[in-house]
Amino acid sequence: MSSSFLRISGLEKVYPDGTRAVKGVDLAIGEGEFIVLLGPSGCGKTTTLRMVAGLEIATAGRIELAGTDVTLLRPSARDVGFVFQFYALYPHLSVRENIAFPLRCSGVAKAELKQRVDQVIEQVGLVSLASRRPTQLAGGDRQRVALARAMVRNPRVYLMDEPLGTLDADRRLEMCEFIRAQQQQRAVTTLYVTHDQEEAMTLADRIVVMEAGYIRQVGTPAEVYENPRDLFVANFVGSPGMNFLEGTVEPRASGSLFVGRDASVQIPLDFSAPAGKATLGIRPEYLRAETGGPIAGEVILDEYLGSHRYTHVQTALGRVVMRSPSKHQVGERAELALNLAHAHLFDPETGKNRRYDG
Amino acid sequence: MAESFLRLRSVSKRFGELAALADVDLELGSNELLVVLGRTGAGKTTLLRTIAGLEEPSSGSIEMAGQNALALSPAERDVALVFQNFSLYPDWSVRKNMEFPLRAPGRSLAESAIRERVEWAAALLKISHLLERRATRLSGGEMQRVAIGRAIVRRPKLFLMDEPLTNLDAKLREALRVELVSLRREIGAPMIYVTHDQAEALSMGDRIVVLSKGRVLQTGTPETIYRVPSSPEVARLVGQPRINLLALQLRGGTWTTKGGLPILPRNAAHPESNMILGVRPEHIQFEASGDAPAKVELVENTGPAQVAVFNWGGERLHALVAKGVPLHVGATVFPHLDLARASIWPDEPPQV
Repeated sequence: MSSSFLRISGLEKVYPDGTRAVKGVDLAIGEGEFIVLLGPSGCGKTTTLRMVAGLEIATAGRIELAGTDVTLLRPSARDVGFVFQFYALYPHLSVRENIAFPLRCSGVAKAELKQRVDQVIEQVGLVSLASRRPTQLAGGDRQRVALARAMVRNPRVYLMDEPLGTLDADRRLEMCEFIRAQQQQRAVTTLYVTHDQEEAMTLADRIVVMEAGYIRQVGTPAEVYENPRDLFVANFVGSPGMNFLEGTVEPRASGSLFVGRDASVQIPLDFSAPAGKATLGIRPEYLRAETGGPIAGEVILDEYLGSHRYTHVQTALGRVVMRSPSKHQVGERAELALNLAHAHLFDPETGKNRRYDG
Repeated sequence: MAESFLRLRSVSKRFGELAALADVDLELGSNELLVVLGRTGAGKTTLLRTIAGLEEPSSGSIEMAGQNALALSPAERDVALVFQNFSLYPDWSVRKNMEFPLRAPGRSLAESAIRERVEWAAALLKISHLLERRATRLSGGEMQRVAIGRAIVRRPKLFLMDEPLTNLDAKLREALRVELVSLRREIGAPMIYVTHDQAEALSMGDRIVVLSKGRVLQTGTPETIYRVPSSPEVARLVGQPRINLLALQLRGGTWTTKGGLPILPRNAAHPESNMILGVRPEHIQFEASGDAPAKVELVENTGPAQVAVFNWGGERLHALVAKGVPLHVGATVFPHLDLARASIWPDEPPQV
């Protein structure tokens, strides 16, 4: 990206006890981009966010915001809006007073304060609830108040740390959509942390997948989902994750053949692949039940999810999960065919995706 | 349900003015996984505590294995409760934590039997390698496995699970969800599993009880709850993205939306003039042309599919669209609703 608004380079964090939480993060974020830091507990995503906010001081590296080095600035001098989980509201103040609070603290004139607060209350759809106390609101509405309180200051960057973590599942999706719609209208640069890949897919312009203090891949939701750089990303993104089959690629006169660790599984590949040990990866929606399909086994679980099912098949190469439109009886035999255009081959040693294109 | 293990009849529980449970009827088979689905505050935890004997119902009856459970102490009911906050003894090893319920006063198991049970449970939960580790040195997922292990070593008559996966990472939740179902089948004991997560409810339950404000709204198999929800409220609790609900008014013999879009001709079965139509997102297709255009406002990539949020004559609706279908914000589309698979309810004014 040519014009990066928030630039993070060589960022590291070592805690006094020697824990290396962040081990060198480089990231260039354009103005108005919504970036999600995604990874399991302990991957360094929250520490990275807190260093951008100024709540942690970087051990090494540099953070630039709109061309200014902010690495060592205190939080209030950085002009960032931080959204915590919604419990950070003042219970004794009304919704309106909660939202007005940051402006009162910075001494904004009365008339301007009223105008800005009114505008934000309107934008987030809290007009009818403005005089209530936070305790009288449902979780989703409280979260709107927290968001409004960050918005009213007009910060240059929003930093959000698992803001939806404590909401019920259905409210969480509703809020995701609300945040996405806000973002479409206002396009404020946002750094958002979550461990929930579904939230990341729904919200992000680009996802940054992190593990053990490193960035594994940066890309649009479609890129990280369809074109994962390595085994970790392939497994972490997607619910359920990708299926992995262990085996060996053998050359053939035309194309090559994937032979499973259990040789009863043989999958002709219509793309060229280097010979040797390999892990074949395929997402559940790229498998289909088809007589004569190369992956066979017994149905051990058929998970109903309303619009579709996840059918678990025990094969000679372990459990394989297929996304299926119709019901399969537990105990029945299933033969599965693959959509090879969407298959991946990983190097079992390094985890790298040999079909990664980027 | 082959054989009933637990039967609640008109169980109510009041805390002062608050009716936490109101006339709850519930039946659990002797080899069944029953999911109780509801939002925070629906009364789910109170229901479990009442079954466990930790709360006494204000009225109603509870029968357990043919006995009046209200005459039994919690210990005599012999149920195991697993909470979302796994309360392990931090200074103890995993083994000691799991042995604890077997050493309770009144139990006189031989050391060899204790060892055997703990190792059996650890193997089932794939934590055999952690047995000598201290509880504080476990990850969240490992702790929850130990908590479940501590519940199963006793071989209780009934498992009660109170959102046991809520505090775990999404990835782990997904894996444990599948494991719990297999584990229960293997043990063969009945289980009541409480959750607010519709995906857990649909995928895990043999049957689902939908609870709201202390009342049972509907009981049925996951397929029934999803396909034939008894009310708009139930319909909204299952399915992702959420079901589309359209308020319809009768205008000149046709049900129309508030914005005036004709949806379907008047049906003799419904004399009411106001109806609510429920259409699942996967039952909306976009066609190339038509009379009633809509505008795409948002496109979400969920991975295996796309969700289009579109505005149709003032109604904001969701459609589930196969990936690969080109979709962009601002595009004009012509929605077609599969009415054969839609639900329709009289639009009653909210009861005060």
